Amino acid sequence: MQKPPSMVDLYFMEARSKLIDIAAFIDRVEKNGEEKDFRFQAFLGAVDKLKNQPRAIAVLDHFSDPSKNPVPKAGNPAIGAWDKPK
Amino acid sequence: MKYIEPHAHMVSRTTDDYQSMILAGCQAVCEPAFWAGFDRTSKEGFYDYFRQLTLYEPQRAAKFGLPHYSWLCINPKEAEDITFTKEVISIIPEFIKEKNVLGIGEIGLNKNSVNEVKSFEMQVQLAIDYDQLILIHTPHLEDKAKGTNLILNILNQFSEIKPHRVLIDHVEEHTIQNVIDQGYWAGITLYPHSKCSHPRAVDMIDIYGETNKVCMNSACDWGVSDPLSLPKAIFELKKRGYCPDKIEHLVYEIPKRFLGQSPNFQL
Repeated sequence: MQKPPSMVDLYFMEARSKLIDIAAFIDRVEKNGEEKDFRFQAFLGAVDKLKNQPRAIAVLDHFSDPSKNPVPKAGNPAIGAWDKPK
Repeated sequence: MKYIEPHAHMVSRTTDDYQSMILAGCQAVCEPAFWAGFDRTSKEGFYDYFRQLTLYEPQRAAKFGLPHYSWLCINPKEAEDITFTKEVISIIPEFIKEKNVLGIGEIGLNKNSVNEVKSFEMQVQLAIDYDQLILIHTPHLEDKAKGTNLILNILNQFSEIKPHRVLIDHVEEHTIQNVIDQGYWAGITLYPHSKCSHPRAVDMIDIYGETNKVCMNSACDWGVSDPLSLPKAIFELKKRGYCPDKIEHLVYEIPKRFLGQSPNFQL
């Protein structure tokens, strides 16, 4: 394997673009009054997971269903964030 | 560069895609049975689908000189009805003898339900009974971590299971370690938004590539997906400093080792 290139050189502009998109998404949702949507709340919680390693695992775990046992019946398709049963 | 596409749903792709894959270096394409975007209403619907996977699709691929292999099953999305699952399972042995069949897959879980678990167990037993390789679908998004753990626990209950003959697909950062630690092969799916990006895939290859048990695939299907995801992963690996020999090892030799455990897989 050759010497790895700089990850910042490779990915900074792409990540910067995605980060601005995330910021704009949050602004857009708030402007539209959808802050209470559980998916948005989960999203904000996931943003908090960016502070410490391992970040990708922490974000994925944050969106995940933490329960252990099979559910009685298959329900709606996955939508990206776990909706805690009321 | 030559590569193997271990997971592509070509029945829902165009013939142009075959042409693009050949031009990009694809040496073989493997097609698991899956949910076609709608629920089939009879076992006869599956019978025709299995004929498509074992007869017509290999012929379509052969026009481009591309070997086409298939996996057979009732997918977890349609396996909630146990009676229906049993009916579909009853017709699978007739097709296992076809020369392009690699094993049973993609079985697994979708919403982690009780009946999905039962259907999964029945199909694991089918694979054991017919000495077939197993390809496992792990659930989407928020259901993946729980479903992967359930699948691993279920597999552990079968004393006849040989982990080196099982590939657990669609792993992500939070599930790959557990899969690898238990001796299974892991599949990383390069699929927009809902699965893994190319940079993340290479991050995982950086960590787990030396196990020689990680394969990448496109899982291209009827959704927004890309039959050229693997050539693009090759480009990503090059950007990250991987030499050509190492890249070919990752995208050709490693999948060939897993798939080559089936006597039907010939390259």
